[in-house]
Amino acid sequence: MLDRAQVLHVARLARLELTDEEVDRMAVELSNVLDHIEKIRELDLEGVPPTSHVIDVVNALRPDEPAPSLPVELALRSAPEPLEQGFGVPSPGATS
Amino acid sequence: MSELIELTAAQAAERVRAGEISPAELFEAYRSRAAADECNAFTWVADAPPAARADVSGLPLAGVPIAVKDLFCTEDVPSQAGSRILEGYRPPYTATVVQRVLDAGAALLGKTNQDEFAMGSSNENSGFGPVLNPWDRSRVPGGSSGGSAAAVAAGLAPWALGTDTGGSIRQPAALCGIVGLKPTYGACSRFGMIAFASSLDQAGPLTRDVTDAALLLAQMVGRDPRDSTSVAFPEPIETPRAEDLKGVRLGVPEELTGEGGGIEPGVRENFEATLRVAEALGATVSPCRLPHAPHALSAYYLIAPAEASANLARFDGVRYGLRVDGSADLIAMYSRTREAGFGPEVKRRIMLGTYALSSGYYDAYYGTAQKVRTKISDDFRAAFEQFDFVVTPTSPWTAFELGAKTDDPLAMYLNDFCTVPMPLAGIPAISIPSGFSDALPVGFQLAGPAFSENRLLGAAYALEQAIGFDGSAVRR
Repeated sequence: MLDRAQVLHVARLARLELTDEEVDRMAVELSNVLDHIEKIRELDLEGVPPTSHVIDVVNALRPDEPAPSLPVELALRSAPEPLEQGFGVPSPGATS
Repeated sequence: MSELIELTAAQAAERVRAGEISPAELFEAYRSRAAADECNAFTWVADAPPAARADVSGLPLAGVPIAVKDLFCTEDVPSQAGSRILEGYRPPYTATVVQRVLDAGAALLGKTNQDEFAMGSSNENSGFGPVLNPWDRSRVPGGSSGGSAAAVAAGLAPWALGTDTGGSIRQPAALCGIVGLKPTYGACSRFGMIAFASSLDQAGPLTRDVTDAALLLAQMVGRDPRDSTSVAFPEPIETPRAEDLKGVRLGVPEELTGEGGGIEPGVRENFEATLRVAEALGATVSPCRLPHAPHALSAYYLIAPAEASANLARFDGVRYGLRVDGSADLIAMYSRTREAGFGPEVKRRIMLGTYALSSGYYDAYYGTAQKVRTKISDDFRAAFEQFDFVVTPTSPWTAFELGAKTDDPLAMYLNDFCTVPMPLAGIPAISIPSGFSDALPVGFQLAGPAFSENRLLGAAYALEQAIGFDGSAVRR
């Protein structure tokens, strides 16, 4: 069972500012799902290699050929705050 | 007009090629229907046919319109992945599979509604409202490609592109009475698909019949230098022509079709009847074992959220989409933007995935799930030594009432019981409509080894001809 402190810790890692009501609901819902999922830990998986890729592909390389990049104005077209040829963001030190 | 709508995509392409109908006339027939959509299947509909191209009738898809799931990036066209965090986003480029079908002569008809970031089995998680099932508008169309499935079933589009991560093409196809194919992992490029779980996501066709699925898939597959997990398909995708199933060995996995899956009586009855049809066509039907399949759902609900939590980190209010509280400090801006922009299911999965990947839990959860995945692949490999295909009902249930399962995430996840093992193993699977239970469509699923799409389509075609499913009632 996840408690409020654990939910808040994970929410911080995930960059989600949950409401109090969401924190309470998430604790219950995630605990229920995890209880179900926990069953796989009962399996004997000693020596089983983890799957990293389902299809046999080794060293998928392509030739390193120069090509035009996305034009800056196009890349910035959808930005909430285009700023001097870049993406404007609040200062990490600003107070909220 | 109604006569045009009754043509399958392959038949429509043939008529265009023969000069009997014009691409513009065909486009307008569907465009007007899509624009009057009452199922909320579309999030955007083109207002005019694409600029005339020289001799589109010479191309394989001959100007036939196509609906595309919202999460495929399409240049200058809204591509929102069903999420308010991407509301109004118009990408500067087009996804490879979309570009391929357009280059093959298809015309972009519209973008289809979906569960937010493809997370859901009912389409109730869309930021743009739920899609309604054309067979009964009080019911869900399935998900996450619910808009694509509803649009094809209702005759608002001749065919559509969707994506499947744990069943998101096959399950809505089953609930809407159409054909849905999830290809082998790597068969289709993922470039330009707004990512959910990168090791599982695959694009595929949702179509009215098996022939259309083959025609569309043939234009989708192929290696793409911009997706290093894509591979060259080892052979051309052919038009299916099998007339029987002589010598075809079908395995029925006890683990997926027994008591554990909670299969509804009506669905079970239809499944048994479909097995009898297969036998009448010459197939042999025997029980098979997939010992780890009951654990597939647990592995999936660790792997997919874990990958999603990483993929969705890019939605942070910096480069595109929503930004909330730009005067706060950086972390607060991220956190408030994501809190406001994501819906409840997306937040739940980000939380679950972040937890499963967090320090101290990684081995116990994600690592264990990846080992289970190996066992599931091994199970399928063993089954395919004795059987050509593994068959199950696609969904344990027919379409359920809107709201029936929204309060219980775990119950909703059980929708995927029969569809999740295949993407975990990277193998292809197709759902075809196999009849009705209480006037609602039922789907029959066939899964085969990696790159067996031609054989899979052939067997599905033979079954389709024998079943004779008629979905025309909802295209009026």
